[in-house]
Amino acid sequence: MQFSENWLRSLVNTDLDSQALNHALTMAGLEVEEMQPVAAAFTKVVVGKILTTSKHPDADRLQVCSVDVGHIVNGKNQPLQIVCGAPNARPGLLAPCALVGAELPGFSIKEAKVRGVESFGMMCSSKELGLSAEATGLLELAANALVGQDIRQHLDLDDHLLTLKLTPNRSDCLSITGIARDVAAITGATTQFEAITAVAADTKETKAVVVAQPEACPRYCGRLVTGINAQASTPDWMLRRLERSGLRSIGAVVDITNYVLLQLGQPMHAFDASKLSGDIKVRFAQANESLLLLNDQEVALKVDDLVIADSQGALALAGIMGGKSTSVGSDTTNIFLESVFFSPSVIAGKSRRIGLSTDSSYRFERGVDFGNTRNALEYATILIKQICGGLAGPVTEVIATLPERAPVQLRLARLVSVLGIPLTQADVDKLLTQLDFSFTVANEVFVVAPPSYRFDISIEEDLIEEVARLHGYDHIPAIAPVAALALLPATETSLHQNKLRDYLVAAGYQEIIGYSFVDENWERDLLGNTHPIKLKNPIASNLSVMRTGLWGGLLDTLSYNLNRKQDRAYLFEVGAVYQQQGAAYVEETRISGLAYGSAKPEQWGVASADIDFFEVKAHVEALLGTVSDQVVYEKAEHTALHPGQSARILRNGKAIGWLGKLHPKWQQHYSLSKSTFLFELSTEAILARQLPAYQEVSKFLPLRRDLAVVLDESIAVDIVLRTIKSANISLITEVALFDIYQGPGIAENKKSLALSILMHDTQRTLTDSDADTAIENLLKLLQNHFSAILRN
Amino acid sequence: MADLTHLIPVAAVDFANSATMNDLEVAKAKYLGKTGALTEALKGLGKLSNEDRPAAGAAINVVKQAIESALTERREALLNAEQAKQLAQESIDVTLPARAQAMGGLHPVTLTLQRIEQLFHSIGFEVATGPEIETDFYNFTALNIPEDHPARAMHDTFYIDEANVLRTHTSPVQVRYMENALKNNKIPPLKIIAPGRVYRVDSDATHSPMFHQVEGLWVDEDISFANLKGVVQDFLQKFFERDDLTVRFRPSFFPFTEPSAEMDMSWNGGWLEIGGCGMVHPEVFKHVNIDHEKYRGFAFGLGVERLTMLRYGVNDLRHFFNNDLRFLSQFR
Repeated sequence: MQFSENWLRSLVNTDLDSQALNHALTMAGLEVEEMQPVAAAFTKVVVGKILTTSKHPDADRLQVCSVDVGHIVNGKNQPLQIVCGAPNARPGLLAPCALVGAELPGFSIKEAKVRGVESFGMMCSSKELGLSAEATGLLELAANALVGQDIRQHLDLDDHLLTLKLTPNRSDCLSITGIARDVAAITGATTQFEAITAVAADTKETKAVVVAQPEACPRYCGRLVTGINAQASTPDWMLRRLERSGLRSIGAVVDITNYVLLQLGQPMHAFDASKLSGDIKVRFAQANESLLLLNDQEVALKVDDLVIADSQGALALAGIMGGKSTSVGSDTTNIFLESVFFSPSVIAGKSRRIGLSTDSSYRFERGVDFGNTRNALEYATILIKQICGGLAGPVTEVIATLPERAPVQLRLARLVSVLGIPLTQADVDKLLTQLDFSFTVANEVFVVAPPSYRFDISIEEDLIEEVARLHGYDHIPAIAPVAALALLPATETSLHQNKLRDYLVAAGYQEIIGYSFVDENWERDLLGNTHPIKLKNPIASNLSVMRTGLWGGLLDTLSYNLNRKQDRAYLFEVGAVYQQQGAAYVEETRISGLAYGSAKPEQWGVASADIDFFEVKAHVEALLGTVSDQVVYEKAEHTALHPGQSARILRNGKAIGWLGKLHPKWQQHYSLSKSTFLFELSTEAILARQLPAYQEVSKFLPLRRDLAVVLDESIAVDIVLRTIKSANISLITEVALFDIYQGPGIAENKKSLALSILMHDTQRTLTDSDADTAIENLLKLLQNHFSAILRN
Repeated sequence: MADLTHLIPVAAVDFANSATMNDLEVAKAKYLGKTGALTEALKGLGKLSNEDRPAAGAAINVVKQAIESALTERREALLNAEQAKQLAQESIDVTLPARAQAMGGLHPVTLTLQRIEQLFHSIGFEVATGPEIETDFYNFTALNIPEDHPARAMHDTFYIDEANVLRTHTSPVQVRYMENALKNNKIPPLKIIAPGRVYRVDSDATHSPMFHQVEGLWVDEDISFANLKGVVQDFLQKFFERDDLTVRFRPSFFPFTEPSAEMDMSWNGGWLEIGGCGMVHPEVFKHVNIDHEKYRGFAFGLGVERLTMLRYGVNDLRHFFNNDLRFLSQFR
């Protein structure tokens, strides 16, 4: 909410300067978002009146003016000679005149000769005074301006524009009156509100009002004012206040209703009475009813939209905006003025649905003072009669059940314990009095009757907040809590996610954070997901669906960095993926990595080689740690991956992730010159670890035998090793692959696996014959399962 | 017998003139070899009388020991020289760059989150999480923000469907946590922080449609607004490692806390907004069946990117999600 500081000061008598007032408002919860002076700083500019003009002898565009600035010397007016180039300089014009010695924004005024003619000052445009960014000529002042008066005083320029960022609970401060009331409460200053007295009826002309929905419209006040001059001009002071609140002048009647809205917070509406037929009716809209609003927007009404109607149909969308057909124009002579209290719940959400938030709807949905409805109508009537003339009819008021302001209890003990500061009954008494709340107090329990303008006081906490606010949040100390100590659990069988991060960082990966919403194409192309969860209102079309995997973001980040001359990128992300399962949305955290470029950073003494599948597999193993034993890599195909270089990762038979090389077609699609490797694992699936369990360490030395076996090349090595392991051959404790060979000496379609076999007994030293037996058993096993033979 | 003492200096010269181990062996043979002078002399001892033999033998031995000692000395010198030569050959430029391993790093937002978790963990806060696709109920209604409440307009919400949104804050985790705690017969004190991603329909130089918050909640029998200020101030002082840092509360409004406050932090002579906080609203306690007469609680929400920017002097929010390696690699 934006308004003029001087307007506020006219309603509350505070001796705080602008900065202090700004601070006080902010610290009381009425945050001042912006404070700007109305005009730049300048001095010695007065109202000047051009008496005569004559053409400059040596310049076509200049005029020599004689300007009255109210200088009286020896009883005689002494006009100044001023050379002026403005196109609108003419005899009789009143305009700002900067005197010799004036300091204007960026320059000062001295006696000067302009093309040989002496000039004793400067006539000014609004731009030269820093009032506007552009100007086409001198700022024309009203005909009744007082010649010689300081222009700052004349235009009320020693003022600030204040913009408040009000929270939704403080609807009572959506008016200058409300803010003034709070300033008085905060600072102890006194308010100086105009007394509004009821306007006696000049005529008996009335309009009947039927409120069909008393719950939605508990109070309706209206009156006819006839014979007005709608073309009367809005007084300068009012225009200025409206303008400084960001409202432009529309015509006297609308300006007045706007002014009342700003001053009192009560939205008002004036209908052109000659365009109304029959009684006024407040009702819900009928099916298929529509209304053309003042802003030319045609609204298809819904049956829960409250309207003001006459016998012909809807006239106005209640609490939001008036209709076009009955709007006041320059030829209007009779008006029907209304001031209503609509229930917040009826207006709430409507303007959002229609996409039209107005000053009126903004206030109604937050709560308008229902104790001031009639007062506001009287005030508007006073202003209408003052400015537009006319005769007022009697007020028609329809009043139903107004919102209840139930008394709220405030226990001192509760307040002290919630706030943690030792306030006394006297302190609270004083603060509630400052707020102008009526209350009783007995035994340290206050019972407060909230005023009609406060929609945010219904429970004890509301009052505790009010007391704290008035006491000053600044005066609440920072106190460390005193509490019982208890250690937090520390589960050793479940790793912390951060550990996983650390493994990848140690392997050279940089963490990134990608958006959770991604390009629909990524989901389709990389993950084969043609039915992603869509956002109803995405911020951009390429951020419109929820991701089901993290590779899209990693590849995008890779491209971004390759475009910035990086030639190597190891990236990872930890984040959620989102899936729809029936009506439910399921989230799972994944850890995902991408490796691109050389295996090691470019350096001296090491031949550059690009990373390959098995190096990335090592990074995955690092993540898996001891869990590796329970994990199987299974050759499987994935939309994003090279069909010959991709593996599904399973833990105890359950799929937990993928590892592979980006499919060449996507490599090309993303313009990647090198192979890109990707992996992704469910973090949940790999965080569970086993507690180490001690095994006896043998006193006897192990025995090692190496052997090579030849078998079909199609047999996966992993299966061979697992078969050996699960066979539990006596004495054999470890079998490792140390070479694979294909080529001369090995038949086509065969491969040779070189294995190291470690044998161990905890009770004795092994003999050669023990080893021979174990190896024989091993060979038999391999022969039976894989038709493997010992290589010669 | 002839006196052989004169051989000592002669052998010494011979040894000294031997430049290699081979030369030295040849020189040695001249004195100590099978036909060497000393060997021959020792052989000649047999021809002497029993009376003369011991003295002659002792004299030869003195010479022999002297020559052997000279030989050993020379041998060691040659060995040392050889080793020195080898060491010289093996000398490298130790200032050459190390065999580089690529270094990875964490995202600065993660660094901040880890720091926050660590600090709050030290006074007994557990980490709680909740879904990012959140129901309208948990994101709003259970937090005392009914439908059509103007406070909903403060949240520019991403909608998934009628009943689900992308959570606009981490506050719903409060409600879920308290609900679960009670279901599992866990009673206050409850102390959690809930870090995570949140979403708002807003994107410009100072707003990202996705960002991170940390929600804090402490429910106990005797916990106050002053304690809230105490905990937040303590946290900020430790987080920024600055004891002079103070916190200012300004009255504000959140439907799920009352009293509510904006938290400002003193920074370079001014105040910076750092998050929102307040005492848990009785309506929220009612939703989760916690007796609000018996218990009180405070809750706060901190902007993680904001803290990160201040901590490391980052001046543009957009850096965090562009993921430029030149930016990210600075935080190692």
